[in-house]
Amino acid sequence: MTKNLRVKTSKLIDKTNRISFKFNGTKYYGFKGDTLASALLANDVHLVGRSFKYHRPRGIMTAGSEEPNAIIQLHDNTSRTEPNVRATEVEIYEGLEASSQNCWPSVNFDIGGINNLLSPLLPAGFYYKTFMWPASFWKKYEYFIRKSAGLGKSPVEPDPDVYEHRYIHCDVIVIGAGISGIIAAKISAKNGLKTLLVDERPYLGGSTIYQNSDYFKINNQNSGSWLEKEINELKKLENLEIKTRTSVAAYHGYNFLLARESLTDHLPIEQRNNKTRQKLLKIRAKKVITATGAIERPLIFDNNDRPGILLSSAIKKYADLYGVACGEKNILLTNNDSAYETAISLIQKGIKVESIIDNREQVNSKLVKEVEKNNIKIFKGFTVVNTSGYKRINKVSIMQLSKDGEKVIGSKTTLNCDCLGVSGGWTPAVHLFTQSGGKLRFREEDQVFIPLTYNSKQISIGSCNGEFTLDEILTNTPKLLIKFLEIKDTNYDNVDVKSSYSKLKRNIWLLPSDKILGKTKPFVDYQNDSTAKDIKLALKEGFRSIEHVKRYTTTGMGTDQGKLGNMHALGIISETADAKMGELGTTTFRPPYTPLTFGTIVGRNVGEYFDIFRKTPIHDWHVKNNAEFENVGQWKRAWYYPINNEDMHQAVQRESKAARDSAGILDASTLGKIDIQGTDASEFLNRVYTNAWSKLAIGKCRYGLMLNEDGMVYDDGVTTRLAENHYIMTTTTGGAANVMGKLEDYLQTEWPELDVYLTSVTDHFATISVCGPNSKKIVSSVISDLDFTDEKFPHMSFQNAKIDKINCRVMRISFTGEHSYEINVQANYGKSVWEKCMEAGKDFNITPYGTETMHLLRAEKGFIIVGQDTDATMTPIDLQMDWIVSKKKYDFIGKRSLYRSDTIREDRKQLVGLLTENPDEVLEEGAQIVADIKKSPVEMLGHVTSSYYSPNLKKSIALGVVRGGKNMMGQKLIIPMEKKLINVTITDPVFLDKENKRLNA
Amino acid sequence: MKNKYSIFALIKNAFSYHENWQKAWKDPVPKKEYETVIIGGGGHGLATAFYLAKKHNMKNIAVIEKGWIGGGNTGRNTTIIRSNYLWDASAGLYNHALNIWEGLSQELNYNVMFSQRGVINLAHNLQDVRDLKRRTHANRLNGIDAVYLNTDEVKKFCPIINTSPDIRYPVLGGTLQKRAGTARHDAVAWGYARGANEMGVDIIQNCEVKGIKRNADTVEGVETSKGFIKTKKIGVVAAGHSSVIANMAGLKLPLESKPLQALVSEPVKPIIDTVVMSNAVHAYVSQSDKGELVIGAGTDDYVSYSQKGSHDIVEGTLNAILELYPIFSRMRMLRQWGGIVDICPDASPIISKTSIKGLYFNCGWGTGGFKATPGSGDLFAHTIANDEPHKLNAAFNINRFVSGDLVDEHGAAAVAH
Amino acid sequence: MFLIYCPFCGEREQSEFKAGGEAHIVRPKQPTELSDDEWAEYLFMRKNIKGVQFERWNHIHGCRKWFNMVRDTSNDEIKAVYKMGEKPPTK
Repeated sequence: MTKNLRVKTSKLIDKTNRISFKFNGTKYYGFKGDTLASALLANDVHLVGRSFKYHRPRGIMTAGSEEPNAIIQLHDNTSRTEPNVRATEVEIYEGLEASSQNCWPSVNFDIGGINNLLSPLLPAGFYYKTFMWPASFWKKYEYFIRKSAGLGKSPVEPDPDVYEHRYIHCDVIVIGAGISGIIAAKISAKNGLKTLLVDERPYLGGSTIYQNSDYFKINNQNSGSWLEKEINELKKLENLEIKTRTSVAAYHGYNFLLARESLTDHLPIEQRNNKTRQKLLKIRAKKVITATGAIERPLIFDNNDRPGILLSSAIKKYADLYGVACGEKNILLTNNDSAYETAISLIQKGIKVESIIDNREQVNSKLVKEVEKNNIKIFKGFTVVNTSGYKRINKVSIMQLSKDGEKVIGSKTTLNCDCLGVSGGWTPAVHLFTQSGGKLRFREEDQVFIPLTYNSKQISIGSCNGEFTLDEILTNTPKLLIKFLEIKDTNYDNVDVKSSYSKLKRNIWLLPSDKILGKTKPFVDYQNDSTAKDIKLALKEGFRSIEHVKRYTTTGMGTDQGKLGNMHALGIISETADAKMGELGTTTFRPPYTPLTFGTIVGRNVGEYFDIFRKTPIHDWHVKNNAEFENVGQWKRAWYYPINNEDMHQAVQRESKAARDSAGILDASTLGKIDIQGTDASEFLNRVYTNAWSKLAIGKCRYGLMLNEDGMVYDDGVTTRLAENHYIMTTTTGGAANVMGKLEDYLQTEWPELDVYLTSVTDHFATISVCGPNSKKIVSSVISDLDFTDEKFPHMSFQNAKIDKINCRVMRISFTGEHSYEINVQANYGKSVWEKCMEAGKDFNITPYGTETMHLLRAEKGFIIVGQDTDATMTPIDLQMDWIVSKKKYDFIGKRSLYRSDTIREDRKQLVGLLTENPDEVLEEGAQIVADIKKSPVEMLGHVTSSYYSPNLKKSIALGVVRGGKNMMGQKLIIPMEKKLINVTITDPVFLDKENKRLNA
Repeated sequence: MKNKYSIFALIKNAFSYHENWQKAWKDPVPKKEYETVIIGGGGHGLATAFYLAKKHNMKNIAVIEKGWIGGGNTGRNTTIIRSNYLWDASAGLYNHALNIWEGLSQELNYNVMFSQRGVINLAHNLQDVRDLKRRTHANRLNGIDAVYLNTDEVKKFCPIINTSPDIRYPVLGGTLQKRAGTARHDAVAWGYARGANEMGVDIIQNCEVKGIKRNADTVEGVETSKGFIKTKKIGVVAAGHSSVIANMAGLKLPLESKPLQALVSEPVKPIIDTVVMSNAVHAYVSQSDKGELVIGAGTDDYVSYSQKGSHDIVEGTLNAILELYPIFSRMRMLRQWGGIVDICPDASPIISKTSIKGLYFNCGWGTGGFKATPGSGDLFAHTIANDEPHKLNAAFNINRFVSGDLVDEHGAAAVAH
Repeated sequence: MFLIYCPFCGEREQSEFKAGGEAHIVRPKQPTELSDDEWAEYLFMRKNIKGVQFERWNHIHGCRKWFNMVRDTSNDEIKAVYKMGEKPPTK
């Protein structure tokens, strides 16, 4: 049975609430308040995972989000599984199941551990140097490399949880609720500023809250109790919103921050349903106060990665906050006073500290003396040179450091232990500060990077600003805030602080060893298994930039992003390459600070909310009548209406025939509609379309082609002159928004002198198009008080009308070549007018048709579809639409580009009709067109842009673009398909009713 | 090669605790004069120097780099390599590159981990289908191994894609190029640097260009932060900073430099073993050998040299990723970053002489330059050495913006009917 | 994510805006009289400045007005905004 290392109840642990959980299939117990890490440690479980490259046994190293080793898979083989979760951040709940990753068959016996034996062959960058022979084998090598890499397993089922976004605008955000953050939030809120305080932990107070020693006092209370009272007062403040379990992920420019608020991950699974799992907070703060604290540094020596080796501050936290002893025989290794704080806490709780190995030679602070009083042996000027114990540390070997700290001297002593705490001093958490664009400076005294210049309204306070002691924090923070928040004073001006912490530190980035470096394994990046010798190898091979070394050795590229080891890597580079740390700079800290769930970033924008659907006012009718839909831009358009198990081909053939034989009806509401008014409206149209508009009579319609300034066809549509200074323009469905934007752009920026007003009215109208020889009969019965004679209402004209007192505009225009009417009515009457037309058309077999039939019908007439028959390389001349390009107009958008040396070439690709030798053979759209299949490489002359079987012509027809096609009428060409060649003949693109007789039929 | 890499070299060096490896490239002080100076030590620039030395017998070459080699877009891209481009000119260019990729590790004696795991391009609407079919037919006739897949075939090749017909942008099909894939981006820069250095090319890092000296219409040298370097030929391969260098020479280019972002997830065991791209919903994803999902986002619409883009772009990309791969919802973003991409109006590059004698530009690769690295270097080297373009890059001359003979690779224009 | 001061609406999120490229490129009044080179200069050639750039923005999801912005493209700091037709700030 495992040991119970729970030593004393702490405030955070609710001993009345025992919780069972499983780790690697074994059932354990912890208490409410525990993290998975603290609960495992209480059960004496240190070994939790295997490292990335060498599969070395690894244990819990830290007590926070900087954890590199103890990363686990939660709830494997369920829809809520999650890889790479830090055990130090998981709050346990009843039923939690976790398992080790990157090991097979088990964390205790991992086949991959063989890599550790092969490690001499696997130095940094080994894969760049091998697996090259034979060339074809790389695929096989790679298979194994990929399989052995990776850590946890991706979920394989959709996520049952939901996520949300929330926007927060505040005067001040305080990031981090340690002592500095608490003080800052209180000062800010008390001064009437709308304040948000966030912390990634589930509790407030940072590491001070569990500080319970006589050596750190504020106003004569121990600092933990003082802070607790502050927090209680803080919670009553009105202007303040406090969010725990909330981690700021990114700090972008203009004080835009992203934070992840975790809402259900600490609850038993069955309590999570119908709750939001995580919220992405999008925060825009007028001022930002960063109080993110500092992360303790490990120390770099041979075999510094064994289970049972933890940061000294983590051992303290497990004891003070969770009441857990990480070991029964503890040794501490340090280069500063922090380990003595740990020792004092452990002594208080009756946890045995065997000895302290201190790199420093002269140490006399009050903390040191207190420890010495307890008869704990302190090895001053010593270091650890090696450790042993495969799955748990059992011994350390120590030696004396030389005066210059560059080597070890004297004899080796071996000490037994089951836990080693290491402290290499502290690294300010400047990640968010640098993300925001802040510049750092290097402080030589204690070898830390701290903020130098800010480029937005922000400030860093407390230990993330390099202020590590209680007196510094309580003296400096209020002063800084008075200036930053532009306030008069704070209540912290006369606080009495007692802090016994000595700042003396002996910084050695890579501790010396009695062995040559090549024979040791001093880990710098634990998760990625990169060692000090890898870094030195990279330097030896000529990689000098910190970014090169990082990439070559993968240091700092694990899921912890190098929170522990990056400084040591820098230090080792600096020492080896003889470069100053300050000049070397850091690697770039990239967002997010801690990994951010995709689901959280996406929020509710999943499934049907991924992008809006635009539906026409008649949409429900289409659904009811079994329409299949096509997505066009954001629109859902009826594609075809199958009846009695018809396939698409059958439905389209039926619809197409009906439209020409009697009557068809199309929902054209999606076409873009722009209302154009003003005294210069005609001139405006002259400038944006290729043809002339001034002479268009009131009540008449005209087709227009719009170019880009580069001369290529951009959009098309029919525009109607409603009144002297009033037009309504139609655009393509997909192009509507862009056309509107483009017209506004020219109007506002190039031609502000024009008196023109544009309004997008696409959604205001439903557009119903009725076509076919019987269209007049149908429409005239729906609109009874209108004269439908060709004289009064000819093709390409418009009439205002009423349907049951409702105003509508009727255009007699045609995209099918049939006699046809377009009824535009206020959108909310669309469906009822549609139904009226259907009713009126009953006797004429009125047939609803969708986009596919529309395409077929217009192709029979050789009408283009912009975007299908054009592709941003086609001019109107290429489309054989010379007739629409005004020669008289001085200028229009794109005109000049039509006269460039390439655009005036005669042998450009031009739009033609294509007829297959076999009239039943329908070409594939997109198929290429060639003249000579034997030529190598095959010369492609163009491609098929539109292709259909025409039921009205009883043959296959196609449109295509062909190089020089204009002058190739009647020529035979070849469509080379994968398995056959299809013979085609170039024809005129108008296949049906060239004389336009049907328009007036 | 003095210091050949192989498994045997690894074993041999293991006995001496890897103390005896040689520098992959030296760190020289710039000479007073070079035959050719390449500005920009990314993959394209280093490859240009490599092929100038290897194929054109030029020995006195310097590559000057403002920061560290491979630190620009080479080290920031999502490493996709393919050649399934629409137009003949592009197909020729990118397929030339792909042919070199296939033997590159051996050519460089540096494993660039070219992984031919295939690239899928998805179609989400009927116009996508037409466009991709058109592209596939063109590819096939150009000797590029592209095939069209229907929805079931897409699903079979990449089972984790959500191919349900009920999603917002259902997968209607796609194309597959099996020879396409990914490579290790850093290794490409390092491999070319090592190879070029071996042939005597000077690689000068932390050396910023301050000016281009010219006499009338002929270049005379480069002003740098490490002093003046005399040369008769300057090849500029400065990606996002091309316009900055051009301005120094008094030229304007048809470029805009915009932020492009990318991100990786935490590493996981193999879950997707091909590359999937979707233009319509703007997402592309592959998985690195390390296990991270490598996800490319889009560009912002404004000019910026800050190497940062807006969060909306990343969010939009992940929206699309979860639309296509709902199983990734609980995966976590580990790291995101931005690069500066120089974009031409026709989405095709410029590999060209200029109006100034001795000044050559290789730029405008936009979001897709990595795949072309070896081909681009080879053709640019040819152009510099001969003062004439190779037939494969003739279409990518700067004059096309005057004549109008663009190589429009935006895919087809926006869907409209 | 910038905060942009629209000269018509005030300070708004970047997501409400669309960038429109380099400003003060005036469309030639008589395009037909330009050479191909001159036309290409207008159509395609851009300063693409690293540093302080004058550019066009559109409040596309707001008032839809175009305006000009002075922005340092090296660090994305917005220096000024001004309406179309107004003289650019000199400082």
